[in-house]
Amino acid sequence: MKDLFNLTGVEIAKAIKNGDLKEEAVYSSFKARIDKIDSSLNSFVQTYEKPVKSEGESRLSGVPIAVKDNICVKGKAITCSSKILSSHIAVYDATVVKKLKQAGLQIIGTTNMDEFAFGSSTENSCYGATKNPWDYTKVPGGSSGGSAAAVGARLAPFALGSDTGGSIRQPACFCGVVGFKPTYGRVSRYGLVAFASSLDQIGPITTNFVDCAYLLNIICGADDFDSTSSRISTGDFTKELNDDIENIKIGVPRQYFSEGLMLPVKEAVEEAINTFRKKKAKIIEIDLPHTEYAVAVYYIIASSEASSNLQRFDGIKYGVRQNAASLKEVYTHSRQQGFGEEAKRRIFLGTHSLSSGYYDAYYVKALKVRRLIKQDFDKAFSEVDVILTPTSPTPAFGMGAKSQDPLSMYLSDIYTISANLAGAPAVSFPCGFTKDNLPIGVQLIGKEFDEATLIRLGFSYQNCTEFHKRIPNI
Amino acid sequence: MAEKKLIEYVANLARVNITEKEADALGQQLEHILEYIDKLKEVNVDGVEPMRGLHLETNIFRQDEVVPFNNREDILINAPSREDGYFKIPQVIE
Repeated sequence: MKDLFNLTGVEIAKAIKNGDLKEEAVYSSFKARIDKIDSSLNSFVQTYEKPVKSEGESRLSGVPIAVKDNICVKGKAITCSSKILSSHIAVYDATVVKKLKQAGLQIIGTTNMDEFAFGSSTENSCYGATKNPWDYTKVPGGSSGGSAAAVGARLAPFALGSDTGGSIRQPACFCGVVGFKPTYGRVSRYGLVAFASSLDQIGPITTNFVDCAYLLNIICGADDFDSTSSRISTGDFTKELNDDIENIKIGVPRQYFSEGLMLPVKEAVEEAINTFRKKKAKIIEIDLPHTEYAVAVYYIIASSEASSNLQRFDGIKYGVRQNAASLKEVYTHSRQQGFGEEAKRRIFLGTHSLSSGYYDAYYVKALKVRRLIKQDFDKAFSEVDVILTPTSPTPAFGMGAKSQDPLSMYLSDIYTISANLAGAPAVSFPCGFTKDNLPIGVQLIGKEFDEATLIRLGFSYQNCTEFHKRIPNI
Repeated sequence: MAEKKLIEYVANLARVNITEKEADALGQQLEHILEYIDKLKEVNVDGVEPMRGLHLETNIFRQDEVVPFNNREDILINAPSREDGYFKIPQVIE
């Protein structure tokens, strides 16, 4: 049998079922690998001595999974990698965690992230930055950088992340793995610490599309505890693990291949388009004319919602309190000490955008342009089944390269943000490597609630390519 | 936005205390970000309705029923300061 860490999640589950592997041994092997490698990689915030699991069963029973540090696991610490929540204990399970337990997976720990998911590099964490498993001098992307780095380094077969503007897909791209953001409303956010409620979505990070389909089957579905979770039936995504993609119409927006896109990324993505063409998908050039406004719209809307959601951190009912003479000073000092720099920037930008006198010029204007962006997608999807773009204009950038320039960091999300604004499902998967051996990712964006076509295309692509099988040398 | 007064005004609304140094840095960074955001001014949005929801055009409601909740400790366990089963805060009424 292959080395345990080269097995897919589905293969591990099968081996456990057949009796070739013991569930306890699988857990302790991954745990030992984390203990060995993560002291330098820093992808985990905590690992559990014993797995968090229950008696449930599924086709993924026994597979270890990591969850991002903004998802509640009952009785365990949850901090969003923020000082203000240090020592906070989750008092209930997130719906996704409940579902993982019921499916018999073994939760192995929580992963590092940009504080409250504010960032694209996992450098904004109170635990220090996570490194990229392909090159320790590079960032893993963010904000789910811990989850992507852990899966990329094979410290866990699976991880969950959250994606508000690309926080699953961009780190998946940088770490050479599959990162899937389902349609807004597909996965319950109950128990996910809210960042921007009209954009947030939980999704899986895996090494391949087979695992992705199985894991989506487990985590998707309606939930009474999340009033935005959709009642639309999810179906069985594993039925899409089928190589026939003939006549699927793939739109390629010309706006995503213009200035700023690095040449090796452009070439690898064009090669991916060729692969789909050879498999008889139809490639159609399309227009998404409002693309250039997506980043500006996003930072207004996401920061406004974040400033509102983060009002709950005031040092009263939970979180770290700074004692002061008056109640107001308890708020202002707790928040000053508890929030990191980027969190403060977002709170200020959001509070400003929502404040009297600026509300119409910033917030309402952004909501209007958001509709135009959504209409671009609606129009495109009347002609094509999916949209293909690069995931990020560059491969993983250097540690510290953008941390002093917030705007340049924001612009690294330029290709992923629109899918959140439109509520569409989207996935990043590896399609090449630079000459320095850094992964390059390609993104597919689907129609609302059509994750199925993304899985089918991704599976078909991985059936005839090897990029997803490469493992970093660590 | 760079104006110091405005930063102080926003800091008060956001209930975040900031030092002089932080105010300067935030002012500069936000000015830079808002300059970029100003590109939205060139978009014609005449007749466009603000997009306030996604595909869910209607809210999903459940019955508003009272359910007993007895896990008082779950609520208090993360409190930074507590006494006799209550959250403890500085005096708010003179």
